Amino acid sequence: MSAPLTSLDRPNSYIGRSVPRPNAKRLLAGRGRYVSDLKLPRMLYAAFLRSPHAHAKIVSINIDEARAIEGVHLVATGADLAKICTPWVGTLDHFKGMTSAPQMPLPLDRVVWAGQAVVAVVAESRAIAEDALELIEIDYEDLPVVADLDSARQVGGALVNPGSANNICFRSQLDNGTVDDAFAHAAHVVEEEFSFGRHTAVTLEPRALVADYDPAAGMLTVHHGTQTPYQFQDLYSRHYGIPEARVRVIATDIGGSFGMKLHVYHEDMAVVGLSILLGRPVKYVADRIESFVSDIHARDHRVRARMALDAKGGILAVDVVDLTAIGAFSTFPRTSVVEGNQVIRLIGAPYRFKNYRATLEVIFQNKVQTSQYRAVGHPIACAVTERLVDIAASKIGLDPFAIRAQNVIPDDAYPEISPTGYRFEALSHQTCLKRLHEMMDYDALRAEQADLRKRGVYRGIGIATFVEITNPSPAFYGVGGARISSQDGAIVSLTPSGEVRCLISVTEQGQGTEAIISQIVADQLGLALEHVKVVTGDTEVTPHGGATWACRGAGIGGETALQATRALKRNILEVAALILQAQPSALDIIDGEVVDAVTRKPRLPISEIARIAYFRSDTLPSGTQAQLTVSHHFAPQGYPFAFTNGIQGCALEVDVETGLIKLLKHFIVEDCGRVINPMLVDEQLRGGIVQGLGAALFEECRYSETGQLMNGSLADYLVPMPMEMPDIVIGHVETPTADTELGAKGVGEAGTAAASACVLNAVNDALAPFDATINSVPITPAKVLKALKRF
Amino acid sequence: MKARAFSYFRAATIDQALDAHARAGDDARFIAGGQSLVPALSLRLQAPRLLIDITHIDDLRGVRREGGHLRIGALTRHCEMLSELLIAEFAPLLHAVAPFVAHPAIRNRGTFGGSIALADPASEFPAMTLALDAEIEIAGPSGRRRVRADDFFIDLFETALQPGELIIAVYVPLFKADQRFAFDELARRRGDYALVGCGMLATFAGDRVDDIRISFFSVGNTPTRVKGAEAILIGSRLDAGRIATAQGALEGDLAPPDSDEVPPAMRLHLARVLLGRLLGRLGEGA
Repeated sequence: MSAPLTSLDRPNSYIGRSVPRPNAKRLLAGRGRYVSDLKLPRMLYAAFLRSPHAHAKIVSINIDEARAIEGVHLVATGADLAKICTPWVGTLDHFKGMTSAPQMPLPLDRVVWAGQAVVAVVAESRAIAEDALELIEIDYEDLPVVADLDSARQVGGALVNPGSANNICFRSQLDNGTVDDAFAHAAHVVEEEFSFGRHTAVTLEPRALVADYDPAAGMLTVHHGTQTPYQFQDLYSRHYGIPEARVRVIATDIGGSFGMKLHVYHEDMAVVGLSILLGRPVKYVADRIESFVSDIHARDHRVRARMALDAKGGILAVDVVDLTAIGAFSTFPRTSVVEGNQVIRLIGAPYRFKNYRATLEVIFQNKVQTSQYRAVGHPIACAVTERLVDIAASKIGLDPFAIRAQNVIPDDAYPEISPTGYRFEALSHQTCLKRLHEMMDYDALRAEQADLRKRGVYRGIGIATFVEITNPSPAFYGVGGARISSQDGAIVSLTPSGEVRCLISVTEQGQGTEAIISQIVADQLGLALEHVKVVTGDTEVTPHGGATWACRGAGIGGETALQATRALKRNILEVAALILQAQPSALDIIDGEVVDAVTRKPRLPISEIARIAYFRSDTLPSGTQAQLTVSHHFAPQGYPFAFTNGIQGCALEVDVETGLIKLLKHFIVEDCGRVINPMLVDEQLRGGIVQGLGAALFEECRYSETGQLMNGSLADYLVPMPMEMPDIVIGHVETPTADTELGAKGVGEAGTAAASACVLNAVNDALAPFDATINSVPITPAKVLKALKRF
Repeated sequence: MKARAFSYFRAATIDQALDAHARAGDDARFIAGGQSLVPALSLRLQAPRLLIDITHIDDLRGVRREGGHLRIGALTRHCEMLSELLIAEFAPLLHAVAPFVAHPAIRNRGTFGGSIALADPASEFPAMTLALDAEIEIAGPSGRRRVRADDFFIDLFETALQPGELIIAVYVPLFKADQRFAFDELARRRGDYALVGCGMLATFAGDRVDDIRISFFSVGNTPTRVKGAEAILIGSRLDAGRIATAQGALEGDLAPPDSDEVPPAMRLHLARVLLGRLLGRLGEGA
């Protein structure tokens, strides 16, 4: 018996089909072209001397001995680079009142975090450069260190920026409805303080770039492991005064980015300057030890939150104060306040209530800067909301599924506006909740839990609903004055052999961007997938666009490819119609053949159309100019963001004697709209969940009281490893956005958004018999044992 | 990070290695598996002028019986602890411990002698030499000698090895029919340095403990035998009360260091939990 035919059984119907990534085999075969592996003729290597102090005045720098070493070509200080590079400031206009000090590639007179690069050495090898670093003498004078949130907020305490009134970077408030009134009349109020540790991205390939300035051509080429080549083309051009058309940024294969590789790093900007000063290619690859003290960190929030509910468990109001400590600067060009901003705007997002108040305070401290990292703000908003919901459920005597089913915005209520002001087009919380309940076999899990508890085995079950921001419009950065595009561009061409090449501005970091763009192009044109070639990541070749961040690759990049391909198809059919003496509307393309639109009878291969158009245009009617290359741009309109939603669940076991937690199984039901490649969507969800589980149990940048990172190596900073990861069961609900033809929304951050909240709820569920609670991630054995009063 | 430049010499015999070291003085290091030394070189925590590669010295290889002992050559790789039948039969504790030592890539290169010589207080194998009452054979400028594990570990990364001395082999008493062993460690991730770990070897007379050696790691500056707890167990049955008394004795046996992540009281608690679990297993026949 065969299954009924579906749309996937049509020829070339690649949208919705799991096809392998075209680049996977190449990367597996070791043929990746990573910047880390790149060697150019006459290339030199940079290394940086870093500050051992979290806050100190630079009294003097002696570079004489370092400069004298054979093989050293340049030793440069902040003053040298300040002559050719203009400073930058990490603020955006739409964050009213925000401040941040100007930044330079290397500091002039003061270091503001331990690990900050101070002096650059360029030499014939990295080893020689490091030899020279050992000979540089810097005389520092210690300044008072602002080492954490509390000392930063202390009135009259140490200041990150001497001369400023306080350590505040940005404050924001939301106040909708009648919060005080709702709390005053609530049947139940639950309140908790939460803390979220600092963590960092730990990409497989660290940050890497080769800057190659050619003085003869006045041309700067930067091979850069980044998500956003166009943004850096613009920045290198502006800050070094080179016309944009003479700056080329090439970002080919990249070993992971997770948001970490779209910020301006001081060393990276310095390397461009070093190449300009030397007129030679200069390479810099951050080693792992450097990555820990110079890559952006994320999270580091303390949130006090309370929720008011009616007698039956209906949510009435939420009141939140979020304090977050960033670095000594706000990151450029996307700032360090977006995370906090998203925390206060995403809290409560799945639920229908009207009264919401939030205060955000973003604070400077002497640590490396924080900024956008996978699922910006989401895990914090989700953990705060979902923990409060669970605490309330337990207080009122409701099951976690029941209280959520009662409070989520109903699937038929859209469009709807969140209590924080976000506009939702269509979400599917009710469907997702129901599906998760079935997938987890929830009632059986609960029965097993009760049974095991009698035998001294403490299992926990946790769930967490979430809303994710994807497909951002210019409302995200553009309105704040950032030259960060929210549109994308594609150039699609029919080659003389009848294949299609697509140059597109969205980029590939291993998530399969090129695969889904190929699928969309092949599907929309009517061509076998292997006849589509997608090219990304070179500002000299691919059109300008936002590239890849905030889950915009599929939704915006995909729609760009779809519209561009439809335009190319129209053009091909116009030429075909002339050749076949038919109306274009009477023709279609299937599997690379122009066919009769009604009978599907093949009329002419598109390779033949290409041959005639390119080589025998003399045989076409006079006046015909075949347009077999189409360039097309697409900017999102309609809703400012395409929100997605889903729910996660997990089962785990807490060893109440040791505090160790074993993850047993993880579940997710997710709605990212149109699924283009189910396999890649599942990979995104699994990878994202693993990152969220890392945050839940393992990852934290721990600092001393003097601002020194205590665990800056992979021996001490614990990333999630396969032995500790559970099986992950995935379910899908599809609610396409009507804002685009494609209907796709993003999926890259959904896994990370709720995984830690889910684990936090499950651990508290496991500890329920002990009257012990934990409201802090990562959940370490020390925190569990402390909560259980075991030591 | 790149190591500072150094010279490299591959020794073919023990004497060649010792000679090379004697000539270079303090500026030389022996290298075998390199699993600790190479990172230290790359981080420039160590910058010797000469590395003496001992991995081609045949006399440092091999596992064989010698009288009442198993002689385990210093170059025996961690992975060989899993594959070598003589170890599985006559030193089953080491066989059982090996899967806990780091990850496969490290086990493929790291050597038994190297691990003992480094004496990382968080490593499994140095602690196990204490539980096994092993002897360590050392060659140096002034000849050869054997040092009992009990006398070998002195302080943090400090051992009875003198400058220029080399571990040749480790002698482990053959496992006997009336003996039982147990091992486990508590770690946040498999393969990490443990929060606390423990191995033990006991000789039974019927259901009574005739002799027991219990060794902890990740509890202080050196791998540590807990002689107070041992004394409580010798001559007794492993019943719940006796186990609890032994757990109580750990407070006197161990003085865990302060660390930012694991306070001393927590480590002591974990050591007690682990000791209780392992003695329970030992009582059940391990």
